[in-house]
Amino acid sequence: MHTKRLLKIAAIGSAVAMLAAACGGSSSSSSSSAGGASGGASAAASAAPAPGGTAYAGPVGTGEGQLNVLAWPGYAENGSTDPAVDWVTPFEKETGCKVNVKTFGTSDEAVKLMQGGGWDVVSASGDATLRLIYGDTVQPINTDLVPSYADIFPDLKMQKFNSVNGVAYGIPHGRGANLIMWNTDKVKQPLDSWAPMFDANSPYKGQVSAYDSPIYIADAAVYLMATKPELGIKDPYALDQTQFDAAIALLNEQKPLISEYWSDALKQEAGFKAGSNTIGTTWQYTANLAKSDGIPVDATKAKEGATGWSDTWMIAKDTPNINCAYKWVDWIASPSANAQVAEWFGEAPSNAKACAETSDKAFCETYHAGDTAYWKDVYYWNTPTANCLDGRTDVKCVPYSEWATAWSALRA
Amino acid sequence: MTTTTATPRGFGYRHPQFRLAGLLAAPMAWLVVVYLGSLFALFLTAFWTVDDFTGQLVRTFTLKNFQQVFTNTAYLSTVVRTVSIALLVTLFALVLALPLAFFMARVASPRWRPLLVALVLTPLWASYLVKVYAWRAMLQPENGVIAWFLQPFGLSGPGYGFVGIVVTLTYLWLPYMVLPIYAGLTRLPNSMLDASADLGASGGRTFRSVVMPIIFPSIVAGSVFTFSLSLGDYITAQIVGGKITMLGNVVQTTYVTNLPFAAAVATIPVVIVLLYLLAVRRSGALDNL
Repeated sequence: MHTKRLLKIAAIGSAVAMLAAACGGSSSSSSSSAGGASGGASAAASAAPAPGGTAYAGPVGTGEGQLNVLAWPGYAENGSTDPAVDWVTPFEKETGCKVNVKTFGTSDEAVKLMQGGGWDVVSASGDATLRLIYGDTVQPINTDLVPSYADIFPDLKMQKFNSVNGVAYGIPHGRGANLIMWNTDKVKQPLDSWAPMFDANSPYKGQVSAYDSPIYIADAAVYLMATKPELGIKDPYALDQTQFDAAIALLNEQKPLISEYWSDALKQEAGFKAGSNTIGTTWQYTANLAKSDGIPVDATKAKEGATGWSDTWMIAKDTPNINCAYKWVDWIASPSANAQVAEWFGEAPSNAKACAETSDKAFCETYHAGDTAYWKDVYYWNTPTANCLDGRTDVKCVPYSEWATAWSALRA
Repeated sequence: MTTTTATPRGFGYRHPQFRLAGLLAAPMAWLVVVYLGSLFALFLTAFWTVDDFTGQLVRTFTLKNFQQVFTNTAYLSTVVRTVSIALLVTLFALVLALPLAFFMARVASPRWRPLLVALVLTPLWASYLVKVYAWRAMLQPENGVIAWFLQPFGLSGPGYGFVGIVVTLTYLWLPYMVLPIYAGLTRLPNSMLDASADLGASGGRTFRSVVMPIIFPSIVAGSVFTFSLSLGDYITAQIVGGKITMLGNVVQTTYVTNLPFAAAVATIPVVIVLLYLLAVRRSGALDNL
C-alpha cells in the first residue's frame, strides 16, 4: 500500500542519512584520531611528542560568574557534608564565581567526565593526569598567574605526572598514602602489614575491602616487591608481562577474601559500620569520617610501602571560565584553604605555609608534609605506559588499557 | 437535483498518505534516528579499538573485542551468572505473583480490586535506589532484619551476593509480573471454570488444564519484563551484590577506558533478549501487552 511503502522509504532514508553522518563525522575526526593514535604509538617507541595547547597568557581578570569543579570527595566542601567545613562559600563570596561541584570515585570516572566536557577544573591524580594531558583534555598552566605556587613544596613541582617536557600542567593539591584500616573491636592487635589482606590463610576471609579500580593492581605489585623480590619490581607502575601476571595471580588469590570492592568512600564506611568489612585499603578521609561517626577503626601505612596519590588541579582545555579557573586553583593552593582541605581529608598539604594555618599544630608532622623520607616508599598513582616508567628499555611494560582489561576480567 | 457541497481543499485531505506520514514523522524520527540510530552507532564502536595511551577511539575495523569476550572464561561465566539470575528472578516472581494475581482477580470482591491494584503499583512510585538501599540494610550480614529473623533457626543471613541480588530483583520487578497475570485472569470467563467443574475436574486439574493455558501469554508477557530488566541490571549488583558482577557491571567498568570492548559486551544481552522475544512472539504474549 502507498502509506506502508512511504513509511518504509522514510525509515530507510533516515537510517542512511544517519549512517552518512556517522561515516562523515568519522572521516573528519579520523585525521585527529589518527594523529592521536600515531602520537600514542610513537610514545611507545620514543619520548612522547609534546602535547599541544598553550597556557593562558593572563592577566587574571574578573570572574565569569561560574565554575564547574570536578573533585575527589572532600576536596571542594561547600558546607553540605558538614556545615562547619566549607571553603567554597568564602571563595564564591570573594570572587563572585558560583561553584558547581561534582565528585567522582575513581580516576577512570574523572577522565571520562573530563572527556565528556562541561567541567572547568579537575583534581586529577597521577593515573589520570597523563591521560588528560596526552588526550588534549587539559591545558598547560601559567604558574606566574598563580601566586600560591611559589610556596608549594619543591618535591611536588614539575614531577613526571604533572608536567611534560618542562611545561607544568597543574597546581599540586596535596598528597597521601593508601592506608590499611581495621575495625579495632574485632582486630585486637594493630595491623602494620598488607599480609592479612593477601594471605590465603587470613583470619579475615570474606571481610576484606579492596579498591575497585585497575590502579589497585599496583597495590598487589607493592606487596610483591616485599614478598617476592626475585620478580625485580622497582616501580609498581612499570610492570613487564611476567611481573604483571604475578600481580594478577596474587589478586585472584585475594578474591575469596574480599567482601566488597569499593569505589565510593561512603559505601566502604557503611560496610565497616555494618560489619561486612573488618579490614581494608582506604584513604585517611574515610578513616576520619568513620571515627567521627563513632565507628571503631584505625588506619596506618603498611610497612611494605603503599601506593599513594599526589593530586593536581588541572584546567580544562577550552574552558569558558578561565579567570574563575585560575582564581580557584590559586585559592585551593593558598595556605588557608590548603590547610583546611588537608585537615578535613587527611592528607599532607602542598603549600608549605599551610602548616602554620592548621588547627592541629602538629598536623604537618603527623602527615609528614615536608618529610621526604616518608614518601620514599609511597608510590604515587601514575599512568602505566608501554614505555617502562622505571626506564627499562629491554622490555615492554603493560600499558594502562591492559591494566583496565585485566581488572575487568578479574572482577567478572 | 444537484447539491454543491464545499469540498475541503487542504493538502492533507487530498493526499492522505502524507497526512499519515506527517503525523508519524516525529515518533518515527525518535524511534529510528535517536533510539535505533544511537544503538547502531554504539554497536558500530564494538568493531573499533582504543589507543593504548590516550584512550581515544581508533576507527579501524577489528574483531578483537568479540574475541576477547568469547575466549575469556571470566566473561563467559559472567554471562551464565547473569542469565541464571534473570531466570531465577523470573521464576520466583512468577511463584509469588500467581497466587497474588489470582486472589486479586478471582477471590477478592470487585469492590476491593482497584485498591489492590493500587497497592501493588505503589512500590513503583518509590525511587529505585531507595528500595535497593533498603534491601542493603535488611540483608546486612550481622544486624540486618533477615539475619535477625533467621537467627532463632540457627541460620545466618544470606549477606551480600548472588542470593541478595536475586531477592532484591524479585522484589523490584514483582509488580511487573503481577499486573499482566492479573489482566489475563480478569479476562478469563467464569463459564470456563463452571464448565470445567461440571465435567468433574478438581481445582488443581482446572488450574492446570484450563486456567494455565489461558493465562500463559500473560505469564510470558510478565516474564519479558522481569527477564530483560534483570539481564541488564547493574546497580543492584553494586549495592547488594558484594563482589558479584553482572554483565551490566562489566559494561559499566569498561566503557570508561575501552568503549569498544564495552559495546561488544553490550551486544550479548541485546542478542539474548532479541532471541527471547522472537521465541515469545509465537506464544501471542506480545499481542495483549
